Amino acid sequence: MQAPDNLKYTETHEWVRQEADGTLTVGITFHAQEMLGDVVFVDMPQAGRSYRQGEECGVIESVKAAADIYAPVSGEIVAANTALADAPEKVNQAPYETWLFKIRPQNAAELQSLLDAAGYQKVADADKH
Amino acid sequence: MPFIPHTEADVRAMLETIGVRTTDELFDEIPPALRLRSLEGVPPGMSEMQIMRLMQERAAADGFRSVFVGAGAYEHHIPAAVWQIATRGEYYTSYTPYQAEASQGTLQLLYEYQTMMTSLTGLAVTNASMYDGASALAEAALMAARLHRTARRILVPRTVDPAWRAVMRTIIHNQGLSLTELPYDAATGCTDLAALDSVTAAEHAALVVPMPNFFGALEPVDAMTDWAHEHGLLAIAVVNPLSLALLQPPGEWGTHGADIAVGDGQPLGIPLASGGPYFGFMACRAELMRQMPGRIVGRTVDADGKPGYTLTLQAREQHIRRSKATSNICTNQGLMVTAATIYMALLGPVGLAEVARASHANASRLVEAMCAVPGVRRRFSAPVFHECVVELDRPVDGVLRGLEAEGILGGLALGARYPELDRHLLVCVTETKADEDLRHYAAALRRTMAGTGA
Repeated sequence: MQAPDNLKYTETHEWVRQEADGTLTVGITFHAQEMLGDVVFVDMPQAGRSYRQGEECGVIESVKAAADIYAPVSGEIVAANTALADAPEKVNQAPYETWLFKIRPQNAAELQSLLDAAGYQKVADADKH
Repeated sequence: MPFIPHTEADVRAMLETIGVRTTDELFDEIPPALRLRSLEGVPPGMSEMQIMRLMQERAAADGFRSVFVGAGAYEHHIPAAVWQIATRGEYYTSYTPYQAEASQGTLQLLYEYQTMMTSLTGLAVTNASMYDGASALAEAALMAARLHRTARRILVPRTVDPAWRAVMRTIIHNQGLSLTELPYDAATGCTDLAALDSVTAAEHAALVVPMPNFFGALEPVDAMTDWAHEHGLLAIAVVNPLSLALLQPPGEWGTHGADIAVGDGQPLGIPLASGGPYFGFMACRAELMRQMPGRIVGRTVDADGKPGYTLTLQAREQHIRRSKATSNICTNQGLMVTAATIYMALLGPVGLAEVARASHANASRLVEAMCAVPGVRRRFSAPVFHECVVELDRPVDGVLRGLEAEGILGGLALGARYPELDRHLLVCVTETKADEDLRHYAAALRRTMAGTGA
């Protein structure tokens, strides 16, 4: 599955959607969920907590691994998708429609450091083994 | 899966197959400077006959003593069937039998153990055991600190076993955590609740609640649990698993129940054995399950829909999470847990309650008889399980020596652990004592007190 063009990406396999209100919605890519296997639990960042760009802010657990989720930009968490607790498999079934958390960026300049779809596709292709 | 050692012929055949002359050659990447040539401090090996004779001589030197000491390790009757079954090769010599494809029997036993412990503690989830009660308490403190995220201190009453507090300090220290100790009420022998008023609650992740405490006393667990929750702390119960056959389980303490329960499983069919091995247990509320350390066995179905057992929630563990795991423990006290599970299965809830009740009744009777001896009085007013503190009008050591001369290990002198209690004795009585044992103790005490003088 190709990375959608309307999203931005991190090298650590998060996708980012810029919303009209200035917040960012964050999830993980098709490639990430494929590498993880069946997701069983997502440990979300708490609303109200702030993180630096690249800081670990959560964990995704699958049947065989536990992977860190990294904040794509510095900012404050405004919401976490707590409904995922009852249906973690949505991350595998629809990775680009399933959001994990929303963050309000503190530093607009950091958005420039995010990858576009083509840039991310290169990262994902190099990562396959 | 039983353990079958290699014969010398097996070893030679394997070495020949891989083209290596001796087993030593398999270690030749270790630099010579780091290799020991011989173990000079270790004497030559003995034959089985020689060793058995040596051990019999050593055991005879201990002499038989009628044991009235508890203080964390308790002499209970262990039905012969317990160790008869636990020493079967499949249990006794299997090594880390956690693989679902090879160890369904062991995994089923661990699942049944977990089920029994959740039933005893009244909490939703338990692990497959930890090394011992003291380290289980330390792990509970680390768990509480992880869940709280900011607080770096744990509230611990002085009525918690001093050895357990020392173990906590050792284990939590390097993660930047420390203990705040709470005093006890000199009249009741329980935690001084008034002392909670001067605690800075926000600095503390949890309150440890012992039940019974080191003095054998029953603490005000409901008040303590509610205080913890009202002030944003977790409540960690430290309990004697046998007492749970009679007492309210931690899951039902206060308004919301304790959050974590730990203790040592030694009373459940494990011999005293000079201090170990024993095993630690840990149980917690369902919501906290992902922060609990230790192995957890789950029940599921296989590809054919048949029930099967497997390790689960392994993403907490260090072989997956490495430095971010909930703990470095990657095993359990398999053999001890096997024995304890058989013990609990043999006795059932009715049998456990009978043992607990008999222990409590014997302790009450003995303390009454002891206090009829001049110079002996009961120290604390709180009700007790099967241990009690008595105060003597003279130093304890002389009295204990007098009792030993009559074949009695009379109790634990508390002075070394609690300097303010230097003329005090912690006495424990279990179901193993008959009426004549209690009469003998009281008479021996009377004789010793008359003989040693005030």
